Amino acid sequence: MKSLLKMTWMEAKLFLREPVSSFFTLVFPLMMLFIFGSIYGNNPPPGSNSQGAIEALIPAFTAMIIGMIGLMPVTITLAAYRENGILRRLRTTPVNPLVVMAAQVIVVFAMTSVGMLLLITAGKVVYHVRFAGNAFSLLGGFTLASLSFFGIGFILAGIMPTARTAQVVAMVLLYPMLILSGAAWPRELMPATVQNISTFLPLTYVVNLLSGLWIGEGWGEHLLDIAVLAGMLLLGIVVSVKTFRWE
Amino acid sequence: MDPIVQVEGLRKVYGSTVAVDEVSFEVHDGEIFGMVGPNGAGKTTTIECLEGLRKPDAGYVRVLGVDPQRDGQILRLRTGMQLQQSNLQDRMRVWEALDLYASFYPKTADWRELMAQLGLEEKRDTAFSKLSGGQKQRLFIALALLPDPQLVFLDELTTGLDPQARHAIWDLVRDVKARGKTVLLTTHFMEEAERLCDRVAILDHGRIVALDTPEALIRNLGVEERIVFNLNGKLPEGFENALSGKIRIETQGDRVIIHANNGRKVPLVSEVVNLLTREEIPFRDLRTEQPTLEDVFLSLTGREMKE
Ligand SMILES: Nc1ncnc2c1ncn2[C@@H]1O[C@H](COP(=O)(O)OP(=O)(O)OP(=O)(O)O)[C@@H](O)[C@H]1O
Ligand SMILES: [Mg+2]
Repeated sequence: MKSLLKMTWMEAKLFLREPVSSFFTLVFPLMMLFIFGSIYGNNPPPGSNSQGAIEALIPAFTAMIIGMIGLMPVTITLAAYRENGILRRLRTTPVNPLVVMAAQVIVVFAMTSVGMLLLITAGKVVYHVRFAGNAFSLLGGFTLASLSFFGIGFILAGIMPTARTAQVVAMVLLYPMLILSGAAWPRELMPATVQNISTFLPLTYVVNLLSGLWIGEGWGEHLLDIAVLAGMLLLGIVVSVKTFRWE
Repeated sequence: MDPIVQVEGLRKVYGSTVAVDEVSFEVHDGEIFGMVGPNGAGKTTTIECLEGLRKPDAGYVRVLGVDPQRDGQILRLRTGMQLQQSNLQDRMRVWEALDLYASFYPKTADWRELMAQLGLEEKRDTAFSKLSGGQKQRLFIALALLPDPQLVFLDELTTGLDPQARHAIWDLVRDVKARGKTVLLTTHFMEEAERLCDRVAILDHGRIVALDTPEALIRNLGVEERIVFNLNGKLPEGFENALSGKIRIETQGDRVIIHANNGRKVPLVSEVVNLLTREEIPFRDLRTEQPTLEDVFLSLTGREMKE
């Protein structure tokens, strides 16, 4: 227990000392929010009935953070720890590998949550967005989505031969997903064929789920999203436990 | 009393390379046991089989009475390990590493004290990637000693350290021994093995070619001792025959080197000095060179670099 606490605290400090990951998790989504906000303000876009533009962006950008964190820091950290012999050094101590994994998950989950909280706070304070949903069901959906995406990171770190390839593969998966899933801008603005492709991207289900929960829909209306994400989570756990290697 | 480490017929093969073959030895409670050998001799492979980091292909291994492959957790709790190659997170600071690793064990030595003993106090807040090679090495030694273990493995104890640091670490290792602990180390410095170790195993091509106390290794190999001095002129004819026993004289310009097997009845040095004085041959800078472990090592493993 003591080691889990120390390890988690240490990993949190290391995460924040890494400028790239803290920028993309904590600063970049806010920047995007302000850029979009300065273009559109929080008025309902012409043609839509109720939802303000910023209001729709907050769940989408939260999905963006989830996608970025799950694929970049999680994958790279674990793969690099293995490649650089950091895991090997840990292996000479009595520490349990689960502690190493758990500390990672706790830290990235905390960082993702902070990223979302910053977005919501900025939205509330600057653009007076309304939140029509249930906070607990939103939190539940957010947790499910985050953990299932961390699962992808763990899988990549586990099955890719080197840290370099893991990073490249993560990027190749991440960018199209950010653009096509509706996380970076509304899917409704894209042609139908692209919208079809997006049904194959896991991040689409995160966007759907979080956007729905944000405007007050229940979990019952998002069974497909939940099923896809829960399936990914399960796969992530099984594969990452099976493929865990110290070196 | 059972030996702390017991190895019999250890063998480890990588593809077509036999890294370790038929290695057998014991390490006793409270001793400093050293392994020396050329690059690729199999020292790291052997030590990592004992640590449970590599799986032997054949042989019997017991460390603190347990099989490292089956009861690794017991070993990890009761031993400290310094690996020849490892790393910490680039941005982790010295004190953070010690503090974190201390949390893995139920009971540890005081890491602040260790940090001071290893001269890392000034670097307390320095990130791992900003440490010099020797400072990293010292940090890893501190991590190995942190659990105050019954047995410490030190692979390449003082590689990359300056002479001060090396002597400080010898003292530290002697101190570990004085507290009744056992040390198994590898080194490339024969002086280190000779001065620090109670017993030394010399490995070559995956096999132990000699194992004994440093003194016995030197004595038994009958390695030669040498007298070296400078002359202004030349040695007179017949000088060689005036000395007793089998000797060999080598001259390099003004310098004369007399080689003789050690274990002679009359010490070579007094014979040579007497003769030079009697013959009134002026000489300067006379010194004797006792055989060292380095001579033993070279004569056993050959002078050429392997592979
Ligand atoms: N993981 C590995 N895969 C393949 N071959 C290996 C591996 N580790 C060691 N070897 C080979 O096994 C032999 C012994 O290596 P080892 O690292 O044990 O030597 P060593 O005595 O520690 O050398 P050094 O003094 O250079 O550290 C070498 O020929 C090396 O090439
Ligand atoms: Mg080695």
